[in-house]
Amino acid sequence: MSTSFWVNGIRQTVDVDPSKPLLWVLREELALTGTKFGCGIAQCGACTVQVNGQAVRSCVTPISSIEGSQVATIEGLGSDSGDLHPLQQAWIQHQVPQCGYCQSGQLMSASALLDSNPSPTDAEIDAAMQGNICRCGMYGRIRKAIKSVDVAASSEDKLFYNVAGVDHG
Amino acid sequence: MGKWTRRAFITTGLVAGGGVVVGISMRPGNQVKELAGKVGDEGGQLIHSYVKIDSENVITAIIPHSEMGQGVQTSLGQMLAEELDADWDRLRMEEAPAIGEYSTYSAGRGYLLAGIDFPEILIPTVDGAMMRVADSLNMQITGGSMSIRTTGAMAMRIAGAATREMLQQAAAKSWGVPVNEIVTEDSHLFHAATSRREPYASFASTIAEMTPSQTPSFKDPSEYKIVGTHKPRRDIPAKVDGSLKFALDVRLPGMLFASVVRSPVSGGSIVNVNDSAARAIEGVVDVIVIPESSVDSLLGATISGEAVAVVADSYWTANRALQELSVQWSETGFESVSSDDIFAQFDRDISSRRDRQTDRLEGEADSVFSTAAKVIDADYHVPYLAHTCMEPLNATADVRNGRAEVWVGCQNPLGFRRDVANVLGLDEENVILHNHAMGGGFGRKSRPDYAIQAAQLAQAMGRPVQLIWSREEDVRQDFYRPAVQSRFRAAFDADNKLVAWENTYTNKNEPIEAPLIPYAVPAQDIGFVSSPTHVPFGAWRSVDHSQHGFFTESFIDEAANAAGKDSFEFRADLLNDSPRHLVVLTKAAEEAEWSKPLPAGRGRGISLQESFGSIVAQVVEVSIINGEVFVNRVVAAIDPGLAVAPDGIAAQVESGIIYGLSAALHGEITIENGAVAQSNFDDYQTLRMNEAPVIETHVINSGHDIGGAGEPGTPGIAPALANAVFDATGIRVRQLPLKNFDLDFQVKETGVAG
Repeated sequence: MSTSFWVNGIRQTVDVDPSKPLLWVLREELALTGTKFGCGIAQCGACTVQVNGQAVRSCVTPISSIEGSQVATIEGLGSDSGDLHPLQQAWIQHQVPQCGYCQSGQLMSASALLDSNPSPTDAEIDAAMQGNICRCGMYGRIRKAIKSVDVAASSEDKLFYNVAGVDHG
Repeated sequence: MGKWTRRAFITTGLVAGGGVVVGISMRPGNQVKELAGKVGDEGGQLIHSYVKIDSENVITAIIPHSEMGQGVQTSLGQMLAEELDADWDRLRMEEAPAIGEYSTYSAGRGYLLAGIDFPEILIPTVDGAMMRVADSLNMQITGGSMSIRTTGAMAMRIAGAATREMLQQAAAKSWGVPVNEIVTEDSHLFHAATSRREPYASFASTIAEMTPSQTPSFKDPSEYKIVGTHKPRRDIPAKVDGSLKFALDVRLPGMLFASVVRSPVSGGSIVNVNDSAARAIEGVVDVIVIPESSVDSLLGATISGEAVAVVADSYWTANRALQELSVQWSETGFESVSSDDIFAQFDRDISSRRDRQTDRLEGEADSVFSTAAKVIDADYHVPYLAHTCMEPLNATADVRNGRAEVWVGCQNPLGFRRDVANVLGLDEENVILHNHAMGGGFGRKSRPDYAIQAAQLAQAMGRPVQLIWSREEDVRQDFYRPAVQSRFRAAFDADNKLVAWENTYTNKNEPIEAPLIPYAVPAQDIGFVSSPTHVPFGAWRSVDHSQHGFFTESFIDEAANAAGKDSFEFRADLLNDSPRHLVVLTKAAEEAEWSKPLPAGRGRGISLQESFGSIVAQVVEVSIINGEVFVNRVVAAIDPGLAVAPDGIAAQVESGIIYGLSAALHGEITIENGAVAQSNFDDYQTLRMNEAPVIETHVINSGHDIGGAGEPGTPGIAPALANAVFDATGIRVRQLPLKNFDLDFQVKETGVAG
């Protein structure tokens, strides 16, 4: 069965099993491998993309359900002119990624959050982001990076570390 | 500062195009010229095993370690660039290929033979490891928090310094000026009196004729401009736009996808497979039985039991069809084993003390216990744990015409290459292994079973196959962090002084010093009994430190409480002979405002653990609300000797703490009917954003030997957390995870409710 939708503004038509999840259509049919497989049951968030502006877990989203929809993936998060999204810049600024595998999903969840709520509180960030697991444990940096994009927020930006020289005699 | 006196062999040579090669190897026969064609683009001049200089004066550092989130390319690049006085902004990094010249055996042997003072307890490990290393030249291991400590300290710095000295000598000769007047900076040579300035590239062909010093001079750390400063990680930009290619993202022409299942009870083989329903699914190409394989390495034997795989035109199809298979597995004899049975066995074996061996025997523990004013005892245990790397295990292989290519993310590319070659019956030279950045490793990706399976499938299919393990397979077929029980006794004299420490635990692994304590207790009897189970086990971030850190740092807290003393003061009093430890412990306590009172329902706990050459103290603050534990804040102090990449250390400490906290709160693999009962992130929970505490890391540059960073953050979080729960509730947590505790109505009614 053929399904048509837009991915990062480009119209795509695929002829696949209607129950095939969007994740595997992106990765196997459209060669968009930035969206990752992590669990297959919407528990880890590595596969997060946006469908019509909402963060969804693409591993459990049948392709038939997105007929006519606008899909945004990590490959389309930056601007058309190639500039990074402010969140991507913040991710670099705060040295967020370690292994990096979950970060496409983290960024797609975070950008959906900021689109609907430009000045989220810590609790709102936690609520929006708790579906995205980071096994490298960079939650503190993700939280800080999201907050840093909010220009209205406090500019307090403490370092993550503090180095002291110690004389042991 | 110091001179390099390692037993290395340094060679130079000319490569095609007139460029220069400077070879630095810890073993003879290093063929640097042959490397030139294997490490990247043409035109670049290989200066030695670890450095290339091209005609545009761009310097490339070749890093023989895998990237799994630790930023190793950047930090090792910093060490090389510092001694070379390289222009950081024009320094590139690339991962070394999986060929013997980049075996970390060379760095390992250099480290082991370097005359470094090892603690006495480590010497058997060192000697044992050396023996085994000698048997296994195929090491290219990233693990053990070793990269900076060995490759960085023993190879990268030397490479940089030796190359810089040759460049200075070449320039001095060319310019007719004294060598000590040549200054190096930003990949250029300067001579002030004659106003000369040339890029390093100008002298490439000259230094090809020179013999490099085997004892180059290192900078004094006070001169460092690159090491110890914050350099943004070079791997991060490709991790924010989806462009980094993990092994899962490999795409080959004609490639098929596969999903696989092994016996739920480890060791089972296939009696019968009914695959008719699976084969009926559109897109399924074949159903393949993968034979058992067994390979041996420094890390132990990896046995991969017989398996069934569905091969299809899509992973989704393959995995869906896999669920339609009906497989009868053979009986293993373990079908009735449960976690309860395993812990009962541990308890029996500890009680029997059969064939008990000792790690440390000091003083007359037996007689001290018999005459002590007070004795306390306790039993602790921790469950099996899975690694659950974010990137599920996967590998892509193409095996045709007596040759194999494998695309994988792994912690030991050379070892994987050898293991694939052995199982396929190929010569190693006919196996090319392309290593990708890993989506997490944590020790799991040092085991080659998944790469071997992919190669076996590709061989059977005669075309490229990408094998992806489902998350369920990943959780059920791990080499688990071992479950352990540990039994303690402590004796006090009439003044409440801790005078004896006795500890017996199950199943000793690595590192062997993990159960030892830094505290001055005059009588110590620390030992272990063997209590094998059928559950496969392996290295899990911080290895045995993850269990023993919890055990010893919890029981020392029990001892402090029994002595009626403050947890910090009690430890500090026992650290008179361990000034580094005392500094670290004190730093964490001060930064966490240890002595500031907390309201009821809140608690603070402390821990101290040395591992992998670094000392870490942690203070955890918790709130107990309706029986649930909330971790509000973690303050960590770490002495890694020298922080090469301070933000990298902080990031590793944060990461290690969250990994350990995730296990302490939620992590539990249980065995039911001989099999692992958990399957995915729904029943093997991991820490999420809403549970993540604020973490502060304080780095202490003590100037001692450089320690590791990837693992030392993990061991101390569980005991600090458990000690904080005790502080808040009076409940002593002697088993993990905490999710199994009901802390309702147990909040200590002291102080004012907050």
